[in-house]
Amino acid sequence: MTAPLLTLSDLGFAWPGHAELLDIPAFHLAQGETLFLKGPSGSGKTTLLGLLGGVQKPSRGSIALLGQELTTLSAGARDHFRVDHTGYIFQQFNLLPFLSVRENVELPCHFSKLRTRRAKQRHGSVQQAASALLAHLGLKDDLLERRADALSIGQQQRVAAARALIGQPELVIADEPTSALDADAREAFLQLLFAECRAAGSSLLFVSHDQSLAPLFDRHLSLAELNRAATPAAEV
Amino acid sequence: MYLFRLALASLANRRFTALLTVFAIALSVCLLLAVERVRTEARASFASTISGTDLVVGARSGSINLLLYSVFRIGNATNNIRWDSFEHFANSKQVKWAIPMSLGDSHRGYRVMGTTGAYFEHYHYGRGQALQLAGGRAFETDPFEVVLGAEVADALKYKLGDKIVLAHGVASISLVKHDDKPFTVVGILQRTGTPVDRTLHISLGGMEALHIDWKNGVPARGAGRISADQARNMDLTPQAITAFMVGLNSKIATFSMQREINEYRGEPLLAILPGVALQELWSLMGTAEQALFVVSLFVVITGLIGMLTAILTSLNERRREMAILRSVGARPWHIASLLVLEAFALACSGVVLGTVLLYVGIASAQAYVQANYGIFLPLALPSPYEWTLLGGILGAALLMGAIPAWRAYRQSLADGLSIRV
Repeated sequence: MTAPLLTLSDLGFAWPGHAELLDIPAFHLAQGETLFLKGPSGSGKTTLLGLLGGVQKPSRGSIALLGQELTTLSAGARDHFRVDHTGYIFQQFNLLPFLSVRENVELPCHFSKLRTRRAKQRHGSVQQAASALLAHLGLKDDLLERRADALSIGQQQRVAAARALIGQPELVIADEPTSALDADAREAFLQLLFAECRAAGSSLLFVSHDQSLAPLFDRHLSLAELNRAATPAAEV
Repeated sequence: MYLFRLALASLANRRFTALLTVFAIALSVCLLLAVERVRTEARASFASTISGTDLVVGARSGSINLLLYSVFRIGNATNNIRWDSFEHFANSKQVKWAIPMSLGDSHRGYRVMGTTGAYFEHYHYGRGQALQLAGGRAFETDPFEVVLGAEVADALKYKLGDKIVLAHGVASISLVKHDDKPFTVVGILQRTGTPVDRTLHISLGGMEALHIDWKNGVPARGAGRISADQARNMDLTPQAITAFMVGLNSKIATFSMQREINEYRGEPLLAILPGVALQELWSLMGTAEQALFVVSLFVVITGLIGMLTAILTSLNERRREMAILRSVGARPWHIASLLVLEAFALACSGVVLGTVLLYVGIASAQAYVQANYGIFLPLALPSPYEWTLLGGILGAALLMGAIPAWRAYRQSLADGLSIRV
């Protein structure tokens, strides 16, 4: 087994003055692995993603991404580290509606030199990287200069995937990206996402409450089992 | 740079609110600049009502009173001065020229001034401009000739050759008219934007002839009456005048001449320096001018607060935008700068548009303002002071932009990557 990309150990988090929300003794994600994490609302999903993104700091324990301990970095350095190595896809309304499709995909490159460099290495230029990714995800060139909100939800999610993948971040975190899609589109979207993650060598952490997708992944876990602090009562 | 592009794109997405905000700022900027410019020009135009005259002399009273009745044709003299006093000083070695003025009659609300040909030669206004005739000629030997100021001719629709009757006293409706001695319009002056436009000029002889048969302030009756033709053949040297203006051979002599006049033993006289008296008068009116300026400053602040409100209101609905930016790597300070840039972009467009509006306004109203208020508004580049004002507005906008920036900064720290619908 390859060295883990992401390791959590003895992780705990609580908002000041509140009971502990997260208590994860151990968790790891291997390089290139696709993981389905079942996370109903109230299981601490949002908080976990915030910790992985370095937006919040855990109360105790460690988060290591690519061997870098996030908890020892400053807030600014965590932000920097996040954009260099992580791509995000959210539930829906992922895009800035006032930018074109291409500009949306290129966004991370404006904030990360590393991803710009990688995009150029692989595709020649950031622009070519954007159109190549969009083409792989089944979006034609003539959509490139359209405003992002002129696209259908399914198309928008594919644009979001392209944005998460540009510049080959090591980790792609997807938070319920398929919940706005119908069943057929869901699987098609996932297959495209898998293919692109493979091509980019990225690991995929896929958080969803839709158990039916779980078999498509290398591995699946439930956050409720992982998180000792989660109580069924907390599920809304 | 990329942040600025993002800020503009985001603003373009909210273009209706953004345009309204820009327009509000533009109007307030335009108002501020317009008030500032009118203020400056009004002051300049006021100061240039009279130029080249070294001293104005009248019966002893207050300097502003003397200035008001002699130059602005407002109010009345407290007393006359004797003709021989005038001659005494007019013949002084230091005096280059002297213009006698005799006031007290009117025509349909406009003042009538008796003077001599020296008036048309030596009276200057603005930056040393002399009076110009738009038509006709100055009055000559016949006492019953009148030269009209431009506004009098325009408003009363008089043309050369018209006969007009002057009224005794300065009330706009006068019961006593000099209808036995009509005057002929022989000349009309060009517009000057000064009180000259509202004056009818006759010769001192004409003024004397009007009152030659008057006794104790009322016209003579019956046999005592003297007709216009009879008057023409009489000695029309006046006994008294109201005031006179003096130009000296050397400016250095101004103060000694002033003292000499003030200490004249023949009768109590007062000599004033018109520039100094104008300053005194302006400082009296300065309060209103200051108030206007302060009001327009407040309008600018209102415009900026409007901008602040628009940005602050948009913050909540833009949490998603912020979270997306955070997820693609924008740091909280990026978010904060985005909002400062947005405020800057709005204020900058407002300032530019406001300045454009001002110039369009000046270009279109220039002739009208000049004709009606005597104020020439130049289409000049902004003065250093105006640049300071514009810079101040931008600075204030940046400061105000810091408020939503701070809120967005806190908000994006708290929200992180989670998107609130």
